[in-house]
Amino acid sequence: MIEFTIISWIMALLVIGAAIYAIETKDLLSSAIAAGVASLVVSIMFLILQAPDVAITEASIGAGLTMAIFVYAIGKTGRWEK
Amino acid sequence: MRKVAAIVIASAFFAILLISFYQIPQSGYSGSEYYYSNPITGSHANESVPSHYISGTKNETGAVNAVTAIVVEYRGFDTLGEVTVLFTAATGVAFLLHKGKGGKKRAEANLILREGSKLVLPFILLAGAYIFIHGHLTPGGGFPGGAVIASGFLLMMLSYPKFFMKEKPVSITESFAGITFAVIGLLGLLFASSFLENFLPLGNAGYLLSAGIIPVIYIAIGFKVGSELSSIADKLKEVQK
Repeated sequence: MIEFTIISWIMALLVIGAAIYAIETKDLLSSAIAAGVASLVVSIMFLILQAPDVAITEASIGAGLTMAIFVYAIGKTGRWEK
Repeated sequence: MRKVAAIVIASAFFAILLISFYQIPQSGYSGSEYYYSNPITGSHANESVPSHYISGTKNETGAVNAVTAIVVEYRGFDTLGEVTVLFTAATGVAFLLHKGKGGKKRAEANLILREGSKLVLPFILLAGAYIFIHGHLTPGGGFPGGAVIASGFLLMMLSYPKFFMKEKPVSITESFAGITFAVIGLLGLLFASSFLENFLPLGNAGYLLSAGIIPVIYIAIGFKVGSELSSIADKLKEVQK
């Protein structure tokens, strides 16, 4: 049980860290990648909380397709926040 | 001033989230104040909705995966609406971003990405198909399976700049899958008593050919979601300048 708590804390801190980095950084490409990392960690949390359905969806849509769409949009506009 | 307002709004939102977090029932708790009533016969059962879903799913729908049974059988009409929302979104993207042919030439991806993506594509597609075909047996279903298939095509688009989806087969697949879903619902109206009601034999729970219309609908949803999401990604790629 104690391992479960430790893993949960590490993941929660990772999600929060990635989310704050995604907001604060001026480089939009690394911001998109940080958002992808956040949703990947969230999908692992779903798996630990015994919701594998949601975990599969979150991993493929949140970390895969959404990030690709962001990257395409950044390629169309510009990489740096002004 | 704006910062103060932002802090006030954010802390109010956080407080609401905390309050609602404490309202969530404990995990494993199946009681609820809402009682289950059969929508077809109108009879009331002396059990709550969550406990009915837990105890009655296997006998009523033949599906081992209760989540799938709720999404496709008990709440099938919601799923039809969900599929329609996705269809509308894909149509909107296609309408706004049509035909941006050409654009800036992207450099070829490197050798490892090109050959590696060729190698893993069949396995990604197989995993996606497995997820939606076995939706009534294992975790997963039409939406995750379709998303996995679309991410496989996305990988091909990333590694080969010239790779594109042929528009006609994609839209034919999408339309055919959508029509299948609606026609199965109407057949339920014809052979059973209500829209999207199961009319096929339930079979042995746990086997691939079981659970009546659930696998058929989930295969249709899988094809539909996969073709829609990959056509969205393809449209976004085409427009890149």
